[in-house]
Amino acid sequence: MDTSVKILTMLLAILLFVAVVGVMLFIASRAERKGAQFVAYVFLLPSILMLSVGLLYPAVKTIYASFFDAAGNAFIGLGNYHTIFTSSDEITVLRNTVLWVVVTPFVATAIGLVYAILVEGAKAEALAKAMIFLPMAISMVAASIIWKFVYEFRPDQPGVKQIGLLNQVLVWLGGSPQQWILNAPWNTFFLIVVMIWIQAGFAMTILSASIKAIPDDVIEAARLDGVNALGMFRFVTLPMIRPSVIVVLTTIAIGTLKVFDVVRTMTGGNFDTNVVANEFYTQSFRASNAGLGSALAVLLFILVVPIVVYNIRQLRASESR
Amino acid sequence: MSNIRSRRRLAAVSGGLGLALVLAACASSTPSDNSKAAGSAECAAYKVYGDLSGKSISVYTGIVTPEDKPYMDSYKPFETCTGAKVNYVGDKAFETQILVRAKAGNPPDIAIVPQPGLLQQLVATGAAKAAPQAVADNVDKFWGADWKAYGSAGGKFYAAPSGASVKSMVWYSPKEFKDKGYAIPTTLAELKTLSDTIAATGKKPWCAGIGSGEATGWPVTDWMEDFMLRLSGPDVYDQWVTHKIAFNSAAPTAALDAVGAFLKNDKYVNGGLGDVKSIASTTFQDGGLPILQGTCSLHRQASFYASNFPKGTKVAEDGDVFAFYLPGVQAADHPVLGGGEFNLAFADRPEVQAFQTYLSTDTWANNKAKISSDVTGGGWITANKGLDVANLVNPIDKLSASILQDPKTVFRFDGSDMMPAAVGSNAFWKQATAWIIGQSTKDTVDKIEAAWPKS
Repeated sequence: MDTSVKILTMLLAILLFVAVVGVMLFIASRAERKGAQFVAYVFLLPSILMLSVGLLYPAVKTIYASFFDAAGNAFIGLGNYHTIFTSSDEITVLRNTVLWVVVTPFVATAIGLVYAILVEGAKAEALAKAMIFLPMAISMVAASIIWKFVYEFRPDQPGVKQIGLLNQVLVWLGGSPQQWILNAPWNTFFLIVVMIWIQAGFAMTILSASIKAIPDDVIEAARLDGVNALGMFRFVTLPMIRPSVIVVLTTIAIGTLKVFDVVRTMTGGNFDTNVVANEFYTQSFRASNAGLGSALAVLLFILVVPIVVYNIRQLRASESR
Repeated sequence: MSNIRSRRRLAAVSGGLGLALVLAACASSTPSDNSKAAGSAECAAYKVYGDLSGKSISVYTGIVTPEDKPYMDSYKPFETCTGAKVNYVGDKAFETQILVRAKAGNPPDIAIVPQPGLLQQLVATGAAKAAPQAVADNVDKFWGADWKAYGSAGGKFYAAPSGASVKSMVWYSPKEFKDKGYAIPTTLAELKTLSDTIAATGKKPWCAGIGSGEATGWPVTDWMEDFMLRLSGPDVYDQWVTHKIAFNSAAPTAALDAVGAFLKNDKYVNGGLGDVKSIASTTFQDGGLPILQGTCSLHRQASFYASNFPKGTKVAEDGDVFAFYLPGVQAADHPVLGGGEFNLAFADRPEVQAFQTYLSTDTWANNKAKISSDVTGGGWITANKGLDVANLVNPIDKLSASILQDPKTVFRFDGSDMMPAAVGSNAFWKQATAWIIGQSTKDTVDKIEAAWPKS
């Protein structure tokens, strides 16, 4: 495109924006006497429009495309979904995704929770929290590269030194180096560790805040009743922060379902570590199989929806308290 | 009241913002000054393209720094003599982005396409334009039928070849060969004997690495193609690539097994890097480096691997490392597996066609070779027969160019690049990787066959 054409397009876009805002303000000023509800609808209109163009239309189009073949020409009904649930490679993808979603949220939340309780009121609480929160500040790709170095393998040969931390530790302990990210199915767990490393900080922050929000009188009452530390956690802390725990669990679960960066950076989906989000990208953009790619995207959407609904409900429940 | 005031403020802010944006856009587009040297002797060869002052041509490629500079420099004579301006944009995500751009109706004027398969896909979008007659004539003159066919789609000729690479090469240490008295093998059987001889000394002769991010596995596909071409000949090779014979039929299975005799042979691999499985976890860039440490003797990789050796490594027949041609079954056979780029046009404006023609001439090939020699110390060749080998500085480039120009050479393009994307850039890589870490040959070829799009 020419620069002049670009400028013209941009000018046009700005004009359009100004015009839309103007028209809206005009309609709103006219509509003021018709009542607040009507005004609300007028202001909602742009968001609805944008959502339809940016979200609804692509979603419908994706669902539609998932019933078509690779080139998008022939209607094949549920053929793509059939492939997902029968092809051995796709079943591995599903199995891995299940592993990710089952393991990551619970372990990350558990670590975050235990950590939050342990550092609660400790001397260097702020520092301790910052330490576990730091990975949150790193992008997923950077975290994956860091862990790839941790898992790096060098052969057990004279003159060859380990450069991966984990294998070096193993060698110091007298073991022989392992191909951590090569051997299925354990490699999936080594990838999950990366996600947990990132998400535990998030869990810790939210849970720590809600632990601090537990009213002192409740704790004092429990103390007077002679509850020990374990009982305190089981019968006081956990029930009091239950809504936060659920929000943290579901938020991490949603993030985990969509995990893509970690797998793509560390194995590229090889060695039986592929997950739905990565496979969906691979099929759509590398194998140019838009049909199967769309079907995987739809599947991912179907899997995320119930968790999102549950998450929102819990959020509302905790807000209304 | 406050309502109205805030609305006015909003209008003022949005107006001001718009103005700022427009000014910013203006500032970035400085008019290009065309210092024309038309009429001078150097421009005689460019007379045919006419005066193209004020015209601009956009080039979009996956070739990024530092290889992009020689490209831009090689366009300069064309720019100075015709007055046209060439805008070069290199993008690592070229291979996915170009399809998106072509489909969205926003393609560049010229795309440097590195795969015939991608070229077919781009032509299928309907956005590409057939090459003008002048380009077709140049390709007939400088390249020949095998290359022209790779730049064509549906019986129509679209794109002239640009650079080329030779993949049928084995890297070795000339010093080791001299000290131990090893001779460069001239047949596959001799290569095998040499490997056994080295293995008998207790050294793992071969080293390999196939890690390459999401493209992990591609070096195995090159191995298989090389053996397919050698064991079954170019005709069967073509049938295999175009799926006239099944991927799990006898010839491809035999080829993969032949590769397995090297890559999955515990006695042969993986010198300095570990066991067979370590091939999968080693990046292809690191795969041949053990030759320098003396822990590995042989590494099969394309000519471009020369740039992977650390600075100061002498790549020459009498240096630290060099390559020999991966031999055929018989010494007289000379099949060559290679790759290359093609200049595909998405516009047929006169300046685009003129530029396309320039890129298909021997003038450009020699300009580019000279500039690459100066700027990056070589590392670029073309199959253009008008290329003067004297313009190449680097011994490996000279070897590659002479292999390409050898009259006995039967050239075949990297097959996985021409297979449908579902196979060539997905299943083939993925299954080849699984094959390295233990999957059987039969399962591997069966799974790749199953991934071939039905139609």
